[in-house]
Amino acid sequence: MRAPSLRTLALLTVVTLAAGYGLAFFWAPLDTEGFIQKIFYLHVPLAIVALVGFMAAAVLSILHLRSGDPKWDARSYVAIHMSVIFGTAVLLTGALWAKGQWGVWWEWDEPTLVSFLIVFLLYATYYPLRYAIEDRDRQGRYASVFAITAGAFVPLNFMAVRLAEPLIHPRTFASGGGLPGDMLVAFLVCLVGTALLWVTLVRFELGAKAAKADLGKIRRALAPSDSLAPSRGRSIAP
Amino acid sequence: MRASTDAYLALLGKDLRVELRTLRSLPAMALFAVTTFVIFRFALDRTDLEGGLAAGVLVTTLLFAAILAINRLFVTERDEGGFELIRLSPIDRTVLFAAKSSALFIYLCALELVAVPVFTLFFLDSGAAMAPLIPVLLLANAGLAVTGTLISTIATMSTARDLLAPLILLPLLVPLVIAASGASEPLLRAGGPEYEDFGRWLGVLGLYDSVFALVGYAVFDFLLED
Repeated sequence: MRAPSLRTLALLTVVTLAAGYGLAFFWAPLDTEGFIQKIFYLHVPLAIVALVGFMAAAVLSILHLRSGDPKWDARSYVAIHMSVIFGTAVLLTGALWAKGQWGVWWEWDEPTLVSFLIVFLLYATYYPLRYAIEDRDRQGRYASVFAITAGAFVPLNFMAVRLAEPLIHPRTFASGGGLPGDMLVAFLVCLVGTALLWVTLVRFELGAKAAKADLGKIRRALAPSDSLAPSRGRSIAP
Repeated sequence: MRASTDAYLALLGKDLRVELRTLRSLPAMALFAVTTFVIFRFALDRTDLEGGLAAGVLVTTLLFAAILAINRLFVTERDEGGFELIRLSPIDRTVLFAAKSSALFIYLCALELVAVPVFTLFFLDSGAAMAPLIPVLLLANAGLAVTGTLISTIATMSTARDLLAPLILLPLLVPLVIAASGASEPLLRAGGPEYEDFGRWLGVLGLYDSVFALVGYAVFDFLLED
């Protein structure tokens, strides 16, 4: 099966996201928390997609180490990159939600948010790691080792942070399962839309990187002198 | 199998001999830990600690002292060409991972032989917590040793050596810190050691150790390839 073109994917993303947010705002019932609860349809899908993206990057890295093909490394890099961007949005929307609901910008008693922050901090070190290794092959291999280690860390971290909570702490929002039907439908459409957005952006970024590499090749082929010699040690990292 | 065991013992013996002869890591770690206790004494303005605060000070100090050793773990290999020799020799590369983590584990135990009694002397009323702390610290050392070795290898090969290891390690070690502090907090209470959730936290530490030992075993080969 051929993968859909970037244009189809982008259109599909816009339609699904518009439908999801439309359902969330105009159809899903208002919850006891009031209007602030609507941020749930943005925040939770972003968080789920970012975490799944991190795990996907670990799988892509395994494929990279097994095959030695740099294309898997590029995919893993872009997957982490996009998930870190989504993660920033998760932390921002989480802070907004906490402010609206509890009156504070940050809440240490919410284990999911705290775990997410730790995961985010770990993946933020992916960039300094990549840029600190000059040799292109080694950079890819080390980045993959990091991505696999971090992928194993994600579930472990969520477990440890959750255990650190006193067991009597009330769970403010049960994830997913406890939702009434209308809200669940709107939520699922938003989740699919956000996942499509992630895939589209990853595809777009990979396409842009491939185009940039091709352009570099053409430039070098056309340039007679060594003034445009390929800069050594450069990788897919910008 | 026999060759791997021999290589493992040779590499571990080499590291321990080098450390005993040059004393490059251990005295610095012990001194660092004791000084950090003094810093905490004044920064917190407390002369005695208990419960969560005591556990936090102890675990944090040991963690930062461990980073000193982790930063130095592969310095001789890098400077004297040890990595090339390992690559050239007909042994499984994972042996190096096992030997280095064992060496780090032994350094950490040696550090704690000094740091924990000093901590007890400085901040605690009695030494009753020292014995039950042993399993917690052993499991925490194992976790520090495997993740530390893995990240130290990555950092050694980069241009940002000493910067990169703590940067990646600190978030990676958060679950270990949570579990080690969680297990030590009831042990260090003012009224004497209690064993609240002790088994659960030891279980988390054991899980952490085994997950990262397995990850290290699986990926270490790729770090030495060239």
